[in-house]
Amino acid sequence: MSAEGQTTSEYIQHHLTNLHAGEGFWSFHLDTLLVSLVMGLIVFGTMWLAARKATAGVPGRMQNFVEMVVDMVHSQVKDTFHGDSKLIAPLALTIFVWIFALNALDVVPVDLLPLVASWFGVHHLKVVATTDLNATFAMSISVFLLIYFYSFKIKGFKGFSKEILFSPFGKNPVLIPVNILFRVVEDIAKPISLALRLFGNMYAGEMVFILIALLPWYLQWTLGAPWAIFHLLIITLQAFVFMMLTVVYLSMAHESH
Amino acid sequence: MNINATLLGQAITFAILIWFTMKFVWPPLLAAMDERAKTIADGLAAGERAKHDLELAAKRSAEVIREAKEQAAQIIGNSEKRASEIVEEAKAKAKVEGDRLVAGAKAEIDQEVFRAKEQLRSQVSAIALAGAGKILGREIDAKAHNDLLDKLVAEI
Repeated sequence: MSAEGQTTSEYIQHHLTNLHAGEGFWSFHLDTLLVSLVMGLIVFGTMWLAARKATAGVPGRMQNFVEMVVDMVHSQVKDTFHGDSKLIAPLALTIFVWIFALNALDVVPVDLLPLVASWFGVHHLKVVATTDLNATFAMSISVFLLIYFYSFKIKGFKGFSKEILFSPFGKNPVLIPVNILFRVVEDIAKPISLALRLFGNMYAGEMVFILIALLPWYLQWTLGAPWAIFHLLIITLQAFVFMMLTVVYLSMAHESH
Repeated sequence: MNINATLLGQAITFAILIWFTMKFVWPPLLAAMDERAKTIADGLAAGERAKHDLELAAKRSAEVIREAKEQAAQIIGNSEKRASEIVEEAKAKAKVEGDRLVAGAKAEIDQEVFRAKEQLRSQVSAIALAGAGKILGREIDAKAHNDLLDKLVAEI
């Protein structure tokens, strides 16, 4: 436990409160914004350094590592998505790397960064940005907008309207309302499931870490170490799932029924 | 869990990161990877070609060795034949030479025999004359009896 004189529920509540500024909708979670920006700068700066010095000859360790990630994303996109992937593949890479970086902060000891922040007078710090719904919805809604952008771009207004009206059940006029209803449900489900899946997994993981932190210090490793190791899997898996589903949704937007 | 303007800020960050990746990270890395893949593919193809060439060269060298062996065998055969021919020729020549030498020697011997006979004949006639002179006790007129003597010599 970090601060003295807190009850257990206060401690948990404290950890789940964002550092925020402003009131109502026009308020900002400064910690989410700052952490995701800094992590973005670090990982994408690193990848940029590797890319700038990329050589077709024997790659260095740095380039090799970045290439492994790029190649993984590239082959996944190539298998799933058959079309012009000028945007899709970099998008998939961005999603995977960024989410992975934000998730990875989950295995940093839960009290470490808030403690450091408290020395500078910052009393609330929620380190893992993907446990903030704003962050996950920002990505899933962006993806959602891209799905609609490509649907219109590839199929045209007419083709896309036809798809909404006539699939999945066919051209019978009686079925058109059912088709539309299905489409609406399907399309609303996409961003919500994307965002909530990532949020739920990371939030739950963070919660468990906070609960483990409530144990006496000499017992914390017995649960903390296994959970952290298991969580490494979840961190990677959630980043991968978000990326794959994005690619799948976008490839569906490119294919006409 | 409250949705607020953080979402917009996150979306902007997200968009910038996507743009950055699209512009500065993805293309150079993929270009380098593709180029390396091509280099490796070329290298493998070259290796395959070299292996093929090596096989051809091995076949060719075996062919050359076989031809050389055949030629060597032929040359040895020829030379053996020639050698026996030379021996035969030499034998024939030696025989001819031997015959010639034998003939020469025989002719010389005949001549010697003939000369010895001549000498003997002349000596016999002298002995006969001397003998007859002693028997008769007087000098015989060699001139008067030359015919007789010559007849005697011819008879011997």
